[in-house]
Amino acid sequence: MTALLEARGLVKRFGGVLALDGLDLAVAPSEIIGLIGPNGSGKTTFFNVITGIYAADAGGVIFDGVDITAVSSRAVYRAGISRTFQRSRLSLPLSIFDNIMIGNHKRLHQGLWFNLVSRGEFKREFEASYRAARALVEVFEPALASRMFEPVVGLPMIDRRRIEICRALISEPKLLLLDEPSAGMTHDETAELMNDILLVRERNKDLTIIIVEHEMGVIERITNRCVVLNFGRKIAEGAYREVAGDAQVQEAYLGVA
Amino acid sequence: MAEGAEKTRAPLWPCLIALTAATGYLIALLAAEKQTLIISLLALGIAVVVAAAWFRLLEKVRRSFADHEDTLGGFAILAALVVAAFFHEDHFVLLLVITVLLYSVATLGLNVQFGYAGVLNFAGASFFGIGAYTSAVLNAHTALPHMVVLLVGGLVAALVGSLLLLPVLRTRGHYAAVVTIAFALLFKTFLEVNDVLGGPQGMQVKGMNILGWSFNDNIEIGKISLSFYMNYFVISLLLLIGAFVVVRRLERSWIGLNLDALRLDETAASCFGLDVVRWKITAFLIGNFLIGIAGALFGMVGSFVAPNNYTFADSLILVSILLLGGIGNPWGLIVATIIVVVVPEKLQTIQEYRFLLYALLVIGVLLFRPEGLLPRPVRRYFPEWRP
Repeated sequence: MTALLEARGLVKRFGGVLALDGLDLAVAPSEIIGLIGPNGSGKTTFFNVITGIYAADAGGVIFDGVDITAVSSRAVYRAGISRTFQRSRLSLPLSIFDNIMIGNHKRLHQGLWFNLVSRGEFKREFEASYRAARALVEVFEPALASRMFEPVVGLPMIDRRRIEICRALISEPKLLLLDEPSAGMTHDETAELMNDILLVRERNKDLTIIIVEHEMGVIERITNRCVVLNFGRKIAEGAYREVAGDAQVQEAYLGVA
Repeated sequence: MAEGAEKTRAPLWPCLIALTAATGYLIALLAAEKQTLIISLLALGIAVVVAAAWFRLLEKVRRSFADHEDTLGGFAILAALVVAAFFHEDHFVLLLVITVLLYSVATLGLNVQFGYAGVLNFAGASFFGIGAYTSAVLNAHTALPHMVVLLVGGLVAALVGSLLLLPVLRTRGHYAAVVTIAFALLFKTFLEVNDVLGGPQGMQVKGMNILGWSFNDNIEIGKISLSFYMNYFVISLLLLIGAFVVVRRLERSWIGLNLDALRLDETAASCFGLDVVRWKITAFLIGNFLIGIAGALFGMVGSFVAPNNYTFADSLILVSILLLGGIGNPWGLIVATIIVVVVPEKLQTIQEYRFLLYALLVIGVLLFRPEGLLPRPVRRYFPEWRP
């Protein structure tokens, strides 16, 4: 089977630090991959390189048969990769609906004439988008669906995460990158959020997910396969149970006894 | 409960009462001559607003306004007409009203740039001046219809503004603002040493003339005589309505959303496909276009342009209107423009201390009401629309 995403020999340097050191990673379509490793092992850098926020110093990334190594963040999104951020990056003064629509950019008409003059057509697109966004929000939290035009700033962390995930999902990406979705949330909230993510997966079996996570319970429950990074290199790969038992992995997390 | 969530519509009357009271108050203030009377009126105005806020009446007005914005827009136009009709013979007051209208257009332009796209422009008065000088030159040397001259004024301002695009796009935040300050200083010096444009003395601007109707003649209809400024009042009002509709629609569209997204988080916005450069350029050009048109018309109204009218200090006044009114709220801008233009003009005793007053006002607003007098509400694409 051909991989949906394939990274080959990816290198990213920050001054003297090798954040990614020749990383190889292949993700098959509709897989859920857990990307784990201690702090500073290069997980978020990997996301940032894929999504074009950082340029890779060497190596390449192929997505869906297209080389996306050197393309802009915009092009990566258009190709079908959406992400969430480790530290929530919602636009806080804007409404829930607005935040989700930011993620829908590629499917909305952006012309000046369409937006300023053809208000009838604009209204139809707006209403269709509203229904889509509302349906998606309802999957995660029905209570939020009636508050679509309230600013995000007043919402608790779990709701913000949900909206961030909705923003990433609204454009129906092929690949979803989740960067520590449990950060800043309680254990129960995390469990709830994961159920919601699995629910979305139920509806769209083709969706491929890479998740960076420190809560091993989450990783164990939802991933098909785990990749463990340390110092920007892959040190183990396989099902969660195999990886968790790996001596090298234990050493990376706990140090040498 | 937050705005937009209410299922039942608020009544129209609180807002109508507020608008009527405000119009009456404005007429009284504009008509007052004695300094003591003006000072008491200003004190009364502040007291009424504070009292209304205290008794939570303003909240009622706000809700009613949010639900009937388009209707109220119509009534606001009517209010402007009433004010002009009341002072139909008074050159001075009409000029003041026109100044408010055209400064509002200019600050709407700044609002697109700073309020939405986050590009702070400290050269607002310069672009206003570019429009004014354009109409001075074109009216003197060409037979271009004056309506076209207005458009060209806007286009020239946008075009000259595009010189700033590269530095503005390459720098961020304060640094981009410094670039515009440099431009404002450069622009004034350029005018002063340029003999073709009249040097420091400036030049005359021919009055507006549309299809043989000269705007600089007083109007006689039967026994009623109207100040020639009535001509300019009508066209300025039309310009403001047009600019207002454009800016309102811009905000209530995906473009407005794009601008907000890039202002708040460029990185996240570009991770969702937004072309930051394209939309910053769009906002900057639209903003300068509006400022330029307003300037072109203002040049004809004043019939004279000189470098000293378009200084960095004037740009600061435009920015202070933006801060005072509520960044991103077009209605707030109009209220703030009225305050900033009318109060010093009526209150002759403080004329020399104008800038001191502005400075205190801006500091006060930033300290106690950082979102401005009328904070920008959450975007509602169609105010009357309910899910």
